Parts: sequence; structure tokens; C-alpha cells
Amino acid sequence: MTARETRYFGKPVRRNEDPKLLTGRALFVDDVDLPGMLHAAFYRSPYAHARIRAIDVSAAKAMPGVVAVYTAEDLGDYWQPGPLLVPPPPVHKMPVFNKRTQVPLAKEKVRFVGEPIVLVVAESRYIAEDALEQIDVAFEPLPAVVDVEAALAPDAPLVHEDAGTNIAAHVIQEKGNWEEALAAADVVIERRFVYDHGHAAPMETRGIVAHWDARMQTLTVWDTTQAPIPIRNGLAGMLGLSEHQVRVIAPFIGGGFGPKIMMFYQEEVLIPWASMQLARPIKWIEDRRENFLAMTQERYQIHDAKIALTRDGKILGVWDSFLHDTGAYIPYGLTVPLNAQCTLLGPYVVPHYYSEFKAVFTTKAIVTPYRGAGRQHGVFVMERLLDIAARELGLDRTEIRRKNFIPPDAFPWDNEIIYQDFAPLVYDSGNYEPALDKAMEMIGYRRFLEEEKARYRAEGRHVGLGIVAYVEGTGIGPYEGARVQVQPNGKVIVATGVGTQGQGHFTSFAQVVAEQLGVPVEDITVVTGDTAEFHWGTGTFASRGAVVAGSAIYEAAKAVREKVLRMASEELEVSPDDLELADGNVFVRGAPDRALRLGDLAIAANPLRGAVAPDTEPGLEATRYFGPPRGATASGVHAMLLEVDPETGFVRILKYVVVHDCGTVINPLIVEGQIHGGVAQGIGNAFYEKIVYDEHGQLLTASFMDYLVPTAMEVPPMEVAHVETPSPWNPLGAKGVGEAGAIPVGPLFAQALEDAFDNAFEVTEIPLSPQQVWALVHGSKEKQS
Amino acid sequence: MQKLSIEVTVNGTTYRRDVEPRLLLSDFLRHELGLTGTHVGCEHGVCGACTILLDGEPVRSCLMLAVQANGHTITTVEGVAPNETDLHPLQQAFRETHALQCGYCTPGFLMSLLPFVETHPNPTDDEIREALAGNLCRCTGYQHIVEAVKLACRLMHAPQDA
Ligand code: FES
Ligand code: FES
Repeated sequence: MTARETRYFGKPVRRNEDPKLLTGRALFVDDVDLPGMLHAAFYRSPYAHARIRAIDVSAAKAMPGVVAVYTAEDLGDYWQPGPLLVPPPPVHKMPVFNKRTQVPLAKEKVRFVGEPIVLVVAESRYIAEDALEQIDVAFEPLPAVVDVEAALAPDAPLVHEDAGTNIAAHVIQEKGNWEEALAAADVVIERRFVYDHGHAAPMETRGIVAHWDARMQTLTVWDTTQAPIPIRNGLAGMLGLSEHQVRVIAPFIGGGFGPKIMMFYQEEVLIPWASMQLARPIKWIEDRRENFLAMTQERYQIHDAKIALTRDGKILGVWDSFLHDTGAYIPYGLTVPLNAQCTLLGPYVVPHYYSEFKAVFTTKAIVTPYRGAGRQHGVFVMERLLDIAARELGLDRTEIRRKNFIPPDAFPWDNEIIYQDFAPLVYDSGNYEPALDKAMEMIGYRRFLEEEKARYRAEGRHVGLGIVAYVEGTGIGPYEGARVQVQPNGKVIVATGVGTQGQGHFTSFAQVVAEQLGVPVEDITVVTGDTAEFHWGTGTFASRGAVVAGSAIYEAAKAVREKVLRMASEELEVSPDDLELADGNVFVRGAPDRALRLGDLAIAANPLRGAVAPDTEPGLEATRYFGPPRGATASGVHAMLLEVDPETGFVRILKYVVVHDCGTVINPLIVEGQIHGGVAQGIGNAFYEKIVYDEHGQLLTASFMDYLVPTAMEVPPMEVAHVETPSPWNPLGAKGVGEAGAIPVGPLFAQALEDAFDNAFEVTEIPLSPQQVWALVHGSKEKQS
Repeated sequence: MQKLSIEVTVNGTTYRRDVEPRLLLSDFLRHELGLTGTHVGCEHGVCGACTILLDGEPVRSCLMLAVQANGHTITTVEGVAPNETDLHPLQQAFRETHALQCGYCTPGFLMSLLPFVETHPNPTDDEIREALAGNLCRCTGYQHIVEAVKLACRLMHAPQDA
């Protein structure tokens, strides 16, 4: 039996976790309340770039209710720059990599507004915040480093003086030989593109509760992290504890989207340490302003790109050189620019590719992956180049894409460069044309171009169509593990190490097990995000939960199934081939009364007397690990109709369709939800959300009044359809879906906007805004007159 | 700081407490009364996660002080259903249509929508979206929430069988 032909797969099973969440009974980090708990607040830098001359905390310390005040000096040897989470990639050409990681509390110098300088611990959060106002820090302001191009000027102020440059890294990757493409080209298009990606803005900010129990000598940490196991390992190492003394719990998390996997945030390093110093539980909950200032974000890249083509629209090669703003430190290595570099290639045959980037330090918040993690930037460049090329060559925009798609029989497809997981960028499987056809049909492509567009125009309305394609590398290694255990009462417990932030893992993982064991989904409890329940693992990122942890769960459930069949075939004296599992029982096919309860088998598998055969493991339980050889590449096509008001620059999405291929679909309801949410974030990124730093490096968008997260009025209804090309590289055939929705919305907006004005102007920058749209429309009219 | 005495009825229980005048109502509910179902997403009145019913009207508990609630009656998400099995039709509809992912925003949506679903037997999509516009959700893209509201209105206003 393959994983796909099942009773529980592909079904819109309602979620196990919902009743708790709907009744206000789910535990989030800020809900943790412990006797004697103290509260922390941070004094953060008001300057983007400044030397710290002196810190005076005496008045704060003297306040009633203040328990402790710590500066960098007070940390002693515990003060260390954080680990480099992702080391430099094994690419052939990397002339520069300057490892500079964040410090727990700024010592001599601050490098972004919001960088923590002093930690205050008090009896209440209100008192802790009062105490912040009593802290006096003498700063010597330095010029801020805001613009990435200016940062590379020879006399630019340096974010890290000891590096001697603001270049954090310089990487070159090549496939084939761009010069050959150039020599053979009939047309070469060259443009500059700017793509800015903003703030994840999960509805729950970050938070930590740490509790050092001095008698038990154990540390328990509740943390809004996507990766509890690595946090446990790191904390144990830093604090000189063994891993079994540290328990990290990521309970219900109110959205992650990437930034909650940064390791280690300064607060994550400090709160557990302070709890050990004071032998009291301490809580720190980030407020929304801190979240905008100090949680990691994404930022803009400036791409200078060229594409070489034949007259009939075949891609010969792409050349791209870009600057990537990495913020004040680079703890997450080069994941984001590497994703941009790799994802640019998209679903297309690109025989020659030259790509070079410089990651640049600036005095702004740290850049780490946020849903899409650089993929947007790459997709924007490629899709824009194709649109401009199609126009110049007089080709239909869908034709130029179709012409260059990797054919379905060419997989696995080797792109000959190194991906963010450090393995060669090889696509496992894909079938792009059916997705394009379906999207064209759903959006009514021909009808729009041949009739509707003109009709709208006759009514004086500016409506444009956009249609773009993309791929998404998902489900990368290294590995995850899982334990599946049948309880004596017949219920099943599944434990795995990944954290979960709303992706429905409690349900989709249960479906994987239900499939194997024939136990109803509601009788399967999934335990995630608690290091006491499962020791090994990495975390939820790169759309890998369902693929990697899901596959480990599948393998473990399959092993339990085999044990059930073995035991039952002995007990019932039939061949395992004649047995079936359903409704919590195993029974003889065609004779359902010859049945055993799985719960009874679990009891029998743990005998209290009698001899047990050698090499028999007790219990109806199995633990398995899964590490994919390489990631699974999901893909899709989005299309939309966009109406633009030329007078105000405002837009309205009239129709939005998504055709997506994430391999085997475990739960279509959950997949749809992931796509809807991704598209909503993509729409925010394309038109509403923008992080603005002024020339002094001050963040001007530090509230929901200034940073505009789309509401139900801005996000349109979406139609979602699927193409299923299972991945051959994991037993479920699954590909990740977490980020897909968010990736192609920028170029989609750009194309639709141009179309609405018959290509009177070119869009080379995202995000757009009403002002920008107005300026584009207005500017083009002036040009014409 | 001088404390003030207040008396508030929350989910049918009357509480008397001495609180600092500056204590936010959201903090009072969450940390003094332990009713942590009410969530805090921004503390500046935009996200709606902290929405509760004050004398039956949705209000943002982060924009009120606990002392302002003195003498009033409050319903929080914990008061909507007696337990996790006997859900209110609106909660049922949210589950049925997958209108929540991380669930952090959900209590705020439920509290904002309760009066709406009670008074709208058959709302249009536009009416529903307008009713949702004061609450932010970063996970769902709102589409399933719109469906949940439609379903809830149907469930609540279904003609009773004789
Ligand atoms: S927390 Fe009250 S509106 Fe956001
Ligand atoms: S479900 Fe996560 S914010 Fe709404």
C-alpha cells in the first residue's frame, strides 16, 4: 500500500487542537503563571549607532520592587556573542565572510535602535518599566549606516570597525558560462529591481518564562520558539548544565513565520540566566513596539539583473548581482540571500547563470528568514525579466513562461548551484504546464484579454491581469524524529520535536498515524514542542514540518503497524496478510468478530510475568527518524485581476486564483488555510506593509498604526486548486506549503498593474503604495503628453 | 501607588479587587483573574485580540483601565461555552471551516462577532468583512473566517423544526 491511497489522507479532517483554542483554554507563553514569578523589561538603545560612554543604573536599582538590574559588565564570562546558527555555505567562490553575531547586552557600542543594553527584573512588569526610566546611559552618537550602497563607499562609517568593511559576505555562484549566453543572444534585457520584504508581525509577540528550580537543579523554559530542541541544547551548553537538566517547552505559539526560529535572541540568553542568579521564575513578554524594533525582520535587496534570450523567447542565460541588507549582525548566515539566488531560477531552464551578492551590515534590526526568506526577491527578478522580455519580443506572457518550463520528464533537475541546505539545488519532481493551464482557465485568461479588458476600459475602468509562476524549495534536512505509542486504553500518543505555530500539525500528523493504525484521528494525541517528550530534532522552518517530521511519524507508525500485525497473527493464528486495522482494532479480513483491540495488544506487549523472546522491545511503540536526501520542490501559479483607481492610486483585487503543487495533500483544509494566509501576507508585502527607517536609522513604523497589516477588507476571496506531483524523496510524497502563498504576489501585482495601464510604465520596485501607483500613472501620462 | 477598590462581574462571577489605577483591564483579566483566554496583540487598540464584551458590547480591553470597568458586566471567551465539547455555534463554525490557525487572534474575533451573528440572520460577504475589519489575523487570510460567520449565522438562525 502506498501512503497515498488512504482513508485519512486528502480529507478535510477538523483539527484536534481547535476546541482548546476556541474556548480560551490553550496555553500560550504569557499564560504561564508561577508562584514568586518576577518580570523583566529591557532598556534598549534609542540610537541606531552610538558608543556607550557610561551606564548609571543606581537609581533604578534603588526603586522599591526592583529585584535586580544587569548590564553587560554584570554578565562576566557569560557575556559572549551568540552562535552562528547557519555556517557559511560550501560554495566555490566566497571571497568574504565576516562572522559578527549579536551580543546579550550591548557593551561598548550599540548597532541598532532597540538593541538591549540593560535588563531590569522586578516584582511586576509595571515596576520594571518604571525602572527603565531611571536608567541613565551616556551615548556618543555615531553616523547611522542606513543605505546599503552608501555603506559600501570607501569612507562609510563601519558597523563593525574590526571587520574593516561593511561587507558581511560576498558570494558568487555560477552555472555554465554567462558569456556564452551573451554571445548567442538575440536580445538582452537589463534592469535594476528593488524588493523589500518586511516584518512578520505574528499576532503573538515573543516571550519567555524561565524557572530555575534550585532544589531539583532543573531549568524549565517556556519559549515562543519554532525550535525548542536546539534552544534546549544551546542553553544547556551556555549555562553549563547537562541537557537533561533543561526542559524547553514551546506551548501554543501565536504565529511564527520565521523570526521565532532565530537563535539565540538576546532575551533568550538572559532570562534563563537571570532566573538561575535569582532562583526565581522570571517572565519577559515583548511588547508590540519591541517586536517591531528587536524581532528579526527581512529587508530589501537591490538587484542589477540581465537576461539573454533568443528571438523566439528561449532563455539563454541570466546574470544577477545584488546587495542584501543583513542588519547589524549576521547570526543566521546567508540563508536569505542564498534563497534569493537559488529561487530566481524558478521553474525554468536557464542554461547559463551568473549570480553574485554582497550581504551588507547596516545599523538596523537583524535580518533572518521571514516566510519566503528571500525567495520572493528572486522570484520578483525573474518574473519581471520575463514580463519585460515578452513585451520586447512581442510574445504572450504565458507563452514565454511555457516555452521555458523544465519539461516533466527532465526530473530530477539539477540547477548546478548550492542551496540553503548546502546540498546541490536539485528539484525532485514537477509538472508546471498543467498548473499554468489551470490557472489560465480559472482566471479566464483568453476571455479577459480578448473581451473583458476592452469592456472595462470602455467603462473607464483600469483592470489588469497578472499571472506568474514560481517554485519553492521546501522540506529540507537534516532530520526529524518521532515516537508513536499505543496506550493500554487504545489511544495513541505521537511525540515529535518540531514546534508548531498554527500549521495544524496536531491534526495532519494524527492523520498520518490514523492511516497506518486505523485509529480515529480524535483518539490520537500529538505532542510537539516539549523537549521532555522527545529528545532529538531541529525545528519548524523552510516549510519542512509536514515533510520531514511527517515522514518520521509515518515510519514510526508503520513500524507499530508491523508489530500489531505480527502479534495479532500469532494470537489469531492467521497470516498478517489476512489482517486489517480499523476503528482501533485489528481483525481478520471478512471476519470482523475475530478481532483484537490495539489497547489489549499494548497491554500484552508489556507483560509483567513470563519469558519474553530475545530482542523483543516492550510496548506497542516505535521511534523512527527521517532525513530527506534533499528538499522537495513545490511549485505553483498565481493569477489575479486588479482594478486600479488612477485618481487615488488605490487598488482592489477583483479575483485571485492559486494553483499549487505541494505533492501529496494530507489535509486540504489545512493546505488551503496555509495558502490563504501566505497570500494575505504577500498582498501586505506588495502594497500595504513597509518598514521605514529614516536617515538616522530610526524606525518610523513601530506600531500597527504605521505598519499596515491587511485586514479582511484588503484580502480578497481566493480560489485554490491543486496539481499533485508527489515527491519521490519522502515516503509521504509531500512537499511543504508553509511559504508558497506569500512568494509570488509581488511580481503578480507588478504585472497586473502594468496591464491595467497597457504597459504605459514599468514596475521595478515592491512594495508599492497608493502614492507610488499614482506617481507611476501620472508620470506616464506626462510622458505621453 | 494608591489602590482603588473595584467590583466587576466576569462570566457570571462577581470579583472584588483592589487595583492600581493604571492597571489595564486586559492585564486585570489575564493576570489578576487568571482569565488568559483574552489575548494581547498590540496594546494600542489596533489588533482586536483583546476584545471582550462589556455590558454586551465589544470593547478592547487594552484600551481600558480596570478601574473603568467598576460596576460593569464582562464576558470573556471563557464565558462563551461551558466546556470544550459544548461549543457555541460560532465556535463550532470556526472549527468546521478551519477559521483559525495559531488561534491567537481567535478569542478577539469571537468576541467581536458574537453580537453580529446574533443580529444578522443572513449577512452578505461585504457586511461580514466589514464586521471583521477591526480585528487582525496574520494566519488565515480571513477567507475561512468569513465562511465561519456565514455558517454561524445559518446555525443560529435556522428555522426551528417543529
Ligand atoms: S491588544 Fe488590544 S487591540 Fe491589540
Ligand atoms: S489564527 Fe493566527 S493570527 Fe489569526
